[in-house]
Amino acid sequence: MSTFWSVWISVITLAVIFGCTWLLLATRKGQPHQETTEETLGHAFDGIEEYDNPLPKWWFQMFMGTVIFGVLYLIAYPGLGSFPGLLGWTQEGQWETEMAHAEENYAPVFAKYASLSIEEMQSEENASGLKMGQRMFANNCSVCHGTSATGAHGFPNLTDTDWLYGGKPATIKHSITEGRMGGMPPWGAVLGEDGVRDMTSYVLSLSGKEADADAVARAKPQFQALCTACHTANGTGMHALGAPNLTDDIWLYGGSFEKVAHTIRTGRNGVMPAHKNILSEDKIHLISAYVYSLSNK
Amino acid sequence: MIKHETIEKNIGLMILLIILVISGGGLAEIVPLMFQSATTKPIDGLRTYTALELEGRDIYIREGCNVCHSQMIRPFRAETERYGQYNTANEGVWEHPFLWGSKRTGPDLARVGERYSDDWHRAHLYNPRDVVPESKMPSYPWLFTDKLSGKNTAKKMEVLKSMGVPFSAEQIAGAQDAVAGKNEIDAVVAYLQSLGKLHDNYNSKR
Repeated sequence: MSTFWSVWISVITLAVIFGCTWLLLATRKGQPHQETTEETLGHAFDGIEEYDNPLPKWWFQMFMGTVIFGVLYLIAYPGLGSFPGLLGWTQEGQWETEMAHAEENYAPVFAKYASLSIEEMQSEENASGLKMGQRMFANNCSVCHGTSATGAHGFPNLTDTDWLYGGKPATIKHSITEGRMGGMPPWGAVLGEDGVRDMTSYVLSLSGKEADADAVARAKPQFQALCTACHTANGTGMHALGAPNLTDDIWLYGGSFEKVAHTIRTGRNGVMPAHKNILSEDKIHLISAYVYSLSNK
Repeated sequence: MIKHETIEKNIGLMILLIILVISGGGLAEIVPLMFQSATTKPIDGLRTYTALELEGRDIYIREGCNVCHSQMIRPFRAETERYGQYNTANEGVWEHPFLWGSKRTGPDLARVGERYSDDWHRAHLYNPRDVVPESKMPSYPWLFTDKLSGKNTAKKMEVLKSMGVPFSAEQIAGAQDAVAGKNEIDAVVAYLQSLGKLHDNYNSKR
């Protein structure tokens, strides 16, 4: 801050404080009477008159109290231009103190769990580490995956054993750290509307759902030609590509005929954002351990 | 000793004194901010909104999102742990009007960009309960059917440019084409994904 603005701020601030004080003292009517008087200012409006009493003592003292508080505050804290205040307080400094305090208290806890593998974290004595993971999950992951991690339409349930990209500790950690980009291309143009509906029947039949046998037979060669690269020949999916297992009757985007048909027709592009630039490694480790615990009780 | 009667009975004097008293705060607290580099110089590498993001921002204002969502992370650990690096004034020098907000019914959105997928935002804005069952946020289904014409987009950019936002001539020339025919939801999602991502100076992890 330049000297000019520093002086500008200081002069105006002090002028306002002392100006108010002067106004208060200059218009004061001396010590308050013990008793209120019957003396009036001598004017009346609609028969209402105004007593000529001074400010009540407590009120006057409160005024003076705010002035004294203001002056002390400006001495202790930044306020008068670039004068930093005797306490040396700053917003950034306060934040840094808070962070340093947290670092001191929590760093050993994080370090302890960081040294354990995700499998080791599952044991009884590390329950509080999983609890930490759960809280961080609630803050960072529950918006999509739900507070109990059971997912939502388009966002996978993390409590079952059905994994799009695999449920090993390292895979879970990789999913959180690097994110995932699901890519199911749209097949509407390739298959045509009739082809899409036949294929839907076929896909539903893989999970043992009732489906038109003729449609299933018609779609089977096309499934083998178009879909097996990701979903494999028997439809059990592929973790490396995040291609879901189509035989387990678990549906990320809904398992009704119309929902499955829509998925085939227009494709799906599920995105899990990468967290490597958002959360520290130690936190990702704890969240991974919590997520792993949900399906490995 | 002056009599308050003197002030009360001379309305001109009273007006003068009132102006003097109430302008003190503004002169000392607001006016200097207009001349500080910390509040007038944009942070390194700050980019302007794209035409689509700018339209999204206007829809954000129209729907009153700023009434429940602040865009101001304060320097407290509790906030930086949840939302990321606290905001600094030089991030908002091109915000007209700024949307810092003063009340949070929903979470702060200052750094929500790229936090969730586009699909999540679309599902969430269509009906928040579909993805967050506990949510009390209203649904905004009309964003999915209402289309943008882009008729006024270039004009808006010119007005902002006159206020110091450095939109380029190409941006303004291409503004209408960039938004025309898009659904409002596309604009809102583009805007939300840009929040906190207009520069990359703050990379500290939580």
